[in-house]
Amino acid sequence: MLMRSLLTLAWSSLGSRRFVALLTVACIGLGSAVLIVVEQIRTEAREAFTRSVSGVDLLVGPRGGSVELLMGVVFRTGTPGRGMTFESYRQIAALPGVNWALPVSFGDSHHGYPVMGTDADYFKHFRYGRSQPLAFAAGNPFADVFDAVIGAEVADRLGYRLNQQIALEHGLEAAMDANHSHQDKPFRIVGILQRTGTAVDRTVHVSLAGIEAMHADWVDGRPPDAFDKLSAEEARLVVKDPERISAMLVALDQRAAALFMQARLGNWPAEPLSAVMPGPALLELWEIVGVAENVLRGMSWCVIIVVLVGMLTVLWSGLEERRHEMAVLRAVGARPRHIFMLIIGEALLLTLGGVVVGIFLAVSTLSALESTLVQQYGLSLSAAFSGRTIVPLFSGLLAAGLLAGLLPAMRCYRRSLSDGLNPEMGS
Amino acid sequence: MNEQAETATEQDLEGSSAPRAEKVDAASLTKSQLTSVLAVKHLSFAWPSSSFQIGITDLNVKSDEHWLLEGPSGSGKSTLLQLLGGVLLPQRGEVQILGQSWATLSAAQRDLRRADHVGFIFQQFNLVPYLSAIENVLLPCRFSKSRRQSAENGGGLKDEARRLLTALGLGAKEIQLRRAARLSVGQQQRVAAARALIGNPSLVLADEPTSALDTKNRAAFLELLFSEARSAKTAIVLVSHDTSLRPHFERHLTLEGGLC
Repeated sequence: MLMRSLLTLAWSSLGSRRFVALLTVACIGLGSAVLIVVEQIRTEAREAFTRSVSGVDLLVGPRGGSVELLMGVVFRTGTPGRGMTFESYRQIAALPGVNWALPVSFGDSHHGYPVMGTDADYFKHFRYGRSQPLAFAAGNPFADVFDAVIGAEVADRLGYRLNQQIALEHGLEAAMDANHSHQDKPFRIVGILQRTGTAVDRTVHVSLAGIEAMHADWVDGRPPDAFDKLSAEEARLVVKDPERISAMLVALDQRAAALFMQARLGNWPAEPLSAVMPGPALLELWEIVGVAENVLRGMSWCVIIVVLVGMLTVLWSGLEERRHEMAVLRAVGARPRHIFMLIIGEALLLTLGGVVVGIFLAVSTLSALESTLVQQYGLSLSAAFSGRTIVPLFSGLLAAGLLAGLLPAMRCYRRSLSDGLNPEMGS
Repeated sequence: MNEQAETATEQDLEGSSAPRAEKVDAASLTKSQLTSVLAVKHLSFAWPSSSFQIGITDLNVKSDEHWLLEGPSGSGKSTLLQLLGGVLLPQRGEVQILGQSWATLSAAQRDLRRADHVGFIFQQFNLVPYLSAIENVLLPCRFSKSRRQSAENGGGLKDEARRLLTALGLGAKEIQLRRAARLSVGQQQRVAAARALIGNPSLVLADEPTSALDTKNRAAFLELLFSEARSAKTAIVLVSHDTSLRPHFERHLTLEGGLC
């Protein structure tokens, strides 16, 4: 009863200073919106990052940095290194304990999107997120040499449909001249994948044979001159297994054997290889990225502090002119702790109002940004918050608001003890 | 209004007979009429930093008595009021409220007792500016259970507040709902009086409540305050430097005080 009375009083008091109160709520709202959006992007980015690949126990590639291997195979952004021999791939795939193995081959692109050569089993085995398999929005896995399966983003951004013919380009950058184009051997889109929020969305998948056919008439990485050119049909006939691939994905029968297998592949006799466990490696990589993440987070809390100091100023500057009011309340029976709770109540109402506004702002911003972020950064942001994100944020913000209200409330409490009841004392 | 005036007169007769209690059969008196509401014995108080001192040798206020405590400006009237209301404790002597000395209570207990039994009216700034007249009147009921109970028994909280405001000449609904900051000084003082009286406190302590009013309004204000106080059996102690108020009071005391 008394608590409700005090909150009603606090409400009326704020109502009498509506303009300043609304301004304060708006400030807190903006501040918490920034915090919530940053936090949501952070969480989602981390999720997207660490869940880019799942169900793969080892990435195997040429000896070198694990970051390079990850960037290349998982994010499809790196330039391929020397790669590994197809022979090694075959031997590793046949090792006891290996459940399945997939070759991957990079080096070509299409309008800046990476082209990946692999096996048709890729669509069966590859997992992302929480062990989600790839699903086809339309069409099927590739079967023919010149078949291609494109990711959702490629399809959306370039407006591609099934059975459309596309020309691939040599190298990872969009081709500058016709010589470095594989336009003489066009591919047909036979499948479009559903969105995954991972690099798969940005990939053009073709068979290893397709990669070989494109380069059938190339010599030492250089395009053929006019006389040596092979047509698509001729190329199809001369295609054989590749000599080299970029890397391979390995899944084991028993995950626990990954460490052992990693060591074994690290000492591969035929050539220097290294094997990386993607889960831990991704986390490790994220820790590096995490510095930026923490800076971002720290900055958004700074915004909150600034905003709450603003609220403190508003409450504090109001105290002097409210001295009479406090004395009146004392005279009608309010005890010093009620005065304290009144001020805390005002801080609470302002913060609560601000945080609610903030959540509303954050949700609308995120839903507005959703499609842009997915398309530009492959970041699947949901405006729907998980309780895990919002509950600690919500309580953290409220606690910070209460903390900011504590100072003026303490001052009011002390003064209501010394001022007594007479409202004229203060004047 | 008529009805209330009648009740007031009845109460008045009954009440005014109390001080002359010798004539009345003791058995017909209620306990409260016999009780001393406020008793002051050998009170003296001085602020540590000044050589100034206030003192009252003996004062005994019974329920439905109206006292004027007179003292020149600067004689420490406001301080006296805080002593009577148990906000300050005297250095010597004692002040009893309903037979209990303020000094025997803790600060929190004094707050509670004050909220239950004492209403205050000050010279000005009596009201919470952002609340309506009626909300201001109801404030004591938010902090004192017994005054809320008592007001509710009088026919519902809001009805009681409206009745008091009407009795004090603020019957218009528009005025009752107006924010205190937008009331005239005279209206504010009447709202303050209604607030001091709601829930039948035993005592109303008033500090120069009429000094912001002109002579005509002054008399009317006191009349209304007294008539409502009588019907509620609430004792009034008013401190003022204004000797022209004396005719309105049955009892008055001139403060001993000054430099020592």
